[in-house]
Amino acid sequence: MPHPASPTETPRAIPGTTLFDGDAAQKGYQLNAMCFSFNSAANRAAFAADEEAYCTRFALTADQRRAVATRDVPGMIAAGGNIYYLAKLAGILGLSVQDVGALQTGLSVDAFKAMLLAQGRGQSYEQSIAEARHG
Amino acid sequence: MAEIVGAYFTSHVPGIGGAIQRGDQQTPYWKPFFDGFPPVREWLAAVRPDIAVVFSNDHGLNFFLDTMPTFAVGAAAEYRNADEGWGLPLYKPVKGHPALSWHVIEQLVADEFDPVTCQAMLVDHAIAIPLELAWPDVTEWPVKLVPIGINTVQHPLPSARRCLALGRSVHRALSSWGGDERIVVIGTGGLSHQLDGERAGFMNPDFDRFCLDHLAADPDALTHLSVHDIVRLAGTQGVEVLNWIAARGALGPGAVEIHRNYHLPISNTAAATMLLEPA
Repeated sequence: MPHPASPTETPRAIPGTTLFDGDAAQKGYQLNAMCFSFNSAANRAAFAADEEAYCTRFALTADQRRAVATRDVPGMIAAGGNIYYLAKLAGILGLSVQDVGALQTGLSVDAFKAMLLAQGRGQSYEQSIAEARHG
Repeated sequence: MAEIVGAYFTSHVPGIGGAIQRGDQQTPYWKPFFDGFPPVREWLAAVRPDIAVVFSNDHGLNFFLDTMPTFAVGAAAEYRNADEGWGLPLYKPVKGHPALSWHVIEQLVADEFDPVTCQAMLVDHAIAIPLELAWPDVTEWPVKLVPIGINTVQHPLPSARRCLALGRSVHRALSSWGGDERIVVIGTGGLSHQLDGERAGFMNPDFDRFCLDHLAADPDALTHLSVHDIVRLAGTQGVEVLNWIAARGALGPGAVEIHRNYHLPISNTAAATMLLEPA
């Protein structure tokens, strides 16, 4: 489907980065709505008690349901999930932001944390991630 | 006449709240961050603000994607924190200042901004953590709150230039406020960090230093960047620097830096704290 001309110059893509824009917000609406509902403790308990029924109630798309079922964080992002809302689901699943970072970068949690600490020692992100990936 | 005593800026990572609750401030991991706050507390004790005008972004507590305002001004008599999804202890409520909020709203609309006005608004860690860091031992916050929310969640985001102009409009409102209160401006969030995507864990001290070096004397230098530039340089959540830029505008034309602390990582974030006074 052709899009109308962008109101701003189309910027070059940022590697490893998905902007949560109107397309993502539309695609991810159901998943993000479910995650927003997790601000309520009762809703978190309902999800934990019967995940399938809870996801059905929010009419997740097939891609969203699969990503949630398999704890596939990159899949949740690809299905329109916004990280601030997904963080609420991550809490139910017992995942910290470092766990979520590890899942998205393909690193172990220890390697992801070491990559953050390496930047704290003054090493660039590029060098830190390369060392984390290749030792 | 009301007086703008200065501006206080800090990161607002949720993990800071956890560190406070556990009493981890002096552990090796957290100490370099918390060591930035005694000067903030001494300064606040000296300038004695009784109103805080806070620029921050909601993280899915008050706003959902069904209704996502670019700019939102709270005009409530009280602002409560609520469960953000993790069942953590709630932060203390903050009293509002509805009359000043409406005065700010009047000025913003007169200056051709179109804010959403909120007579009810939940406030999340982005407001509570900076207050906890500033006044750690109080039973009741010493300031009344005028919260101004900026969308840093769903693109398109407002430009840095627009956020600075918004802040400058708020400055006009504060300058014409007839009360005798002492006002501190607060900008929260950032600096560089990225939580999502394959580039998760990205931080950029060079860009953060550029922001910190220009905030006082030349904030317009930060407005030459597009939002896309800022995402590229600061990370997907580093765009929270828009809150800092707006707060800098609200401080007024001239500013002098009186305190700075910078440390990374705190969680996945390069954390910064800064105090500016009017010049």
